[in-house]
Amino acid sequence: MKTLYSERRYVISIIMIAIGVIFVVRLFYLQIIDDSYKASADRNVLRVLPQYPARGLIYDRNGKILVHNEATYDLMVVPKEVKNIDTASLCHIIGINNETYNSRLEKARNYSNYAPSIFEREIPQELYGFLQEKLSNFPGFYILARTLRKYPYNIAAHTLGYIGEVNQDVLDNDSYYKPGDYIGVSGIEKSYEKELRGKKGVKIMMVDVFNREKGSFRNGLYDTVSVVGQDLTTTLDADLQAYGEELMKNKRGSIVAIEPRTGEILALVSSPSYDPNLLAGHDRSKNYFKLLKDIKQKPLFNRALMATYPPGSTFKIMNALIGQQLGVLYPSTRFPCSLGFHMGIVDVKCHSHPSPCNLEESIQNSCNSYYCYAFKAIIEKLGAKNTKTSFNVWRDIVMSFGFGKKFHNDLPNELAGNIPTADYYDKIHGTNVWRALTIISLGIGQGEITVTPLQLANFTAVIANRGYYYIPHIVKGIGTSKFIDKKYTTKQIVKIDSGYFDAVLEGMRLVIDAGTGAGGKIEKIKMGGKTGTAQNPHGEPHSIFILIAPLDNPKIVLSVIVENGGWGADWAVPIASLMVEKYLNGVVKRVDMEKKMTEGSVYYP
Amino acid sequence: MREQKNIFSNIDWITVGIYLALVTIGWLNIYASVYSEDHNNIFDFSQIFGKQMIWIACAIVISLIILSIDIKFFPAFANYIYAFVMLLLIAVLLLGNVTAGSKSWFLIGSFKLQPAEFAKLATTLALAKYLSTIDIKIQDIKTKMISFLILGFPAGLILLQNDTGSALVYISFVFLLYREGLSGNVLIIGLVAIVLFLLTLLIDKFIIIGVLAGIALILFFYIRKRRKEIITLIGIFLLTAGSVYMVDYVYNNVLEPHQRNRIAVLIGKETDLKGVAYNVNQSKIAIGSGGFFGKGFLQGTQTKFDFVPARSTDFIYCTVGEEWGFAGSAVVIALYVMLFLRIIKLAERQRSVFSRIYGYGVASILFFHFMINIAMTIGLAPVIGIPLPFISYGGSSLWAFTILLFIFVKQDACRLQLL
Ligand SMILES: [Zn+2]
Repeated sequence: MKTLYSERRYVISIIMIAIGVIFVVRLFYLQIIDDSYKASADRNVLRVLPQYPARGLIYDRNGKILVHNEATYDLMVVPKEVKNIDTASLCHIIGINNETYNSRLEKARNYSNYAPSIFEREIPQELYGFLQEKLSNFPGFYILARTLRKYPYNIAAHTLGYIGEVNQDVLDNDSYYKPGDYIGVSGIEKSYEKELRGKKGVKIMMVDVFNREKGSFRNGLYDTVSVVGQDLTTTLDADLQAYGEELMKNKRGSIVAIEPRTGEILALVSSPSYDPNLLAGHDRSKNYFKLLKDIKQKPLFNRALMATYPPGSTFKIMNALIGQQLGVLYPSTRFPCSLGFHMGIVDVKCHSHPSPCNLEESIQNSCNSYYCYAFKAIIEKLGAKNTKTSFNVWRDIVMSFGFGKKFHNDLPNELAGNIPTADYYDKIHGTNVWRALTIISLGIGQGEITVTPLQLANFTAVIANRGYYYIPHIVKGIGTSKFIDKKYTTKQIVKIDSGYFDAVLEGMRLVIDAGTGAGGKIEKIKMGGKTGTAQNPHGEPHSIFILIAPLDNPKIVLSVIVENGGWGADWAVPIASLMVEKYLNGVVKRVDMEKKMTEGSVYYP
Repeated sequence: MREQKNIFSNIDWITVGIYLALVTIGWLNIYASVYSEDHNNIFDFSQIFGKQMIWIACAIVISLIILSIDIKFFPAFANYIYAFVMLLLIAVLLLGNVTAGSKSWFLIGSFKLQPAEFAKLATTLALAKYLSTIDIKIQDIKTKMISFLILGFPAGLILLQNDTGSALVYISFVFLLYREGLSGNVLIIGLVAIVLFLLTLLIDKFIIIGVLAGIALILFFYIRKRRKEIITLIGIFLLTAGSVYMVDYVYNNVLEPHQRNRIAVLIGKETDLKGVAYNVNQSKIAIGSGGFFGKGFLQGTQTKFDFVPARSTDFIYCTVGEEWGFAGSAVVIALYVMLFLRIIKLAERQRSVFSRIYGYGVASILFFHFMINIAMTIGLAPVIGIPLPFISYGGSSLWAFTILLFIFVKQDACRLQLL
């Protein structure tokens, strides 16, 4: 039927035909002319091989390698490509039975028929060569090289952490990881995962039906290069760390050593510990569950960061500082002690010592009565009934030392400890009915207050620095740069003026020279320390000691806690003292003391 | 006039045959694209090929219903259908579900209804109805304005849904308008605009403006005696130079980064094959690896494994290319071109102007989808997410295309009843 403009149908038809022809020509080019896209006659398949970069190495502060990599080989399988293979022979080579073979293949198939899965992990070096030769008999199987973490010194297991296979949770939330990938699970491996892992790459290989790799697909056009992980320089001193672990053998507890000038952690010992290599090799998961099941020793538990204790007498220093800051206590202030503090129904015992003490002597003798009076003065400063306001002032100053909160530093899983709040006392005693005497045990570091060994070491650093600290951290350099997060180089100033530290430092010197810490004296090194005992309902009290050395130019501060170690002087004092000798002198001359500590063990109920 | 015996009498079996062939090809390739040994039952309704089978069955029922509806229904209700679908478009903007950045779905149970798919149909009906009114002349400014309004309103709403691909489809009505008498310059202007657009992105805009100025000068030399043409020439020069500037500005300042990237990939500016160009390259690899006869049904490796994105919807043609090779891919293209030519042939034999215009609308829409989708998968157009008619997975689009086509089949079957 002819209508107006009817001839235009031809223009439109020609355009449509032209587009069709252009498409066919283009397809002809893509599918026939251009070889690079075409599968060859024997039906090559492409195999996407993830390229795992070497994970960054971890060094100690002096350049000693704490963690390095060792090559390992995983046998991979692509279920779709597995055809007519000699199952028995493969099972024989890798030492599994037929059932295991079938169940593994089934598992791989459930994940994906086309994507590779790990069939056998970490094939030993000697088997690798043999298997590689035989591989052409087993289409669908191939070997993927990766690296295994190795720990040459067997130290700092908790701090370094370990790597493990990613779990479903990570897979769901981070598309970087694919099933079978490894990720830092704890310690530095976790907190610096992004720096250490580098960047995965991808290599696309063509593989023929005989399972032979026929070269890179399109000359690597679609490959991505992997980027090697960055090395980390930790603040740890490997020798000191190893020595600390040696001293803590057969005891429970921790040693935290910090360089007060920088906040760098020199040693972080948690005992009992484990050989970090156990969680890196072939039997990782078996070993892990073995460690996990040891509920008596709890070797996986990092006491240095996660155990909380009442600080005991070491906390008297805190109250001495706060008292001075608030103007209720002076170095010359004396309080009486008649074998304790007796007031109303309150009865706090003390041991026999010359009395009344001034501030320095009170630290030297660790007088309980003195600090009950001092704490009472602090809490009653604004009137005997205005407890809450004064308590909040006290708490605010305590918190400024890093107590009662997390540092949020580069060590995962730290705990915050506990500095009780006024609300808490309102709740248990009733609003505004609690008074200084109600909470008097805070004066001597007992009661609801708990701290971690790391916080206690940091507290010691503040005293050594006379009023400030740097957030304790474990890494001082990433890659080739010395740059670390600015928060670790920012001075944290506490709410005590520096002048008030003189008297307590003098008191701490007396502790070493003629007090409860006299057993830790080292020739030619002037030190200051404070013992403590944390009451423990289960058996002997925990032995606590904090130490600054040298006192005039502090290079190291320590907190040592030996659980159920009795009085500070029994275990914590000699261990801290030996650590200082090791760090400052390099060699330990007090071999008898060393022997007694390393060989001694503490009884645990 | 003779009475119709049954709904199948006089229907054009060539059109219906091609339709059934394409739907079947689509279903087989959707099955192949997600095939795995774990899910190998082709009637497994939890898998998309099982669902597609339900959509196909429904589509056939729908086509039978349309064939039995009175021939006068669609011309008579065209405007109401248009109004209703426009309301749906507005509603989806306000109440719809967001998927992949586009707010274009209604979720009804597990079925996703996409009003934009049905808007093309409604617009074709409304436009055919308007242009077939007696005494209408497309040369009139008023006619042009109203026609563009009918097109522009749904296109604008769909753009607001952030579904650029579906909005672009409305450009296809240029063919329909051209057939009905709109100046042939539309096609030429369109072509020049596309060429200038691509050139501007490839070459510095000052060079292009310089070249344009040069051409204008040479032309000026030839026509310097004729004042009227000089004014036209200056006008054209200013217009083209201005649009070159505009394109540059729009490209750099208006387009979203992902849109800019897609165009950059197409014109070869962006060569980061792992990043932006990934989709297109994976698609080309899959098709290219098919060779002449393909790898065979269910034997494709590229499309099944994660390489090709959207492998059962927008990139379904990759599966065809990989498993059926050049032979199969060319057959699919031939089927489409035959369908378009057949529809045009049928349209020209209509006595009713409404039926003819509607037929051209059907051909234009199907052609535009075909052109953009396949050009995208073989790397000749930027990645624009629109389905391949009858083949891509999805209930909304299959039903919309089926209704679109079968209204025309019905009109054609009863062409003798109409004047
Ligand atoms: Zn006393």
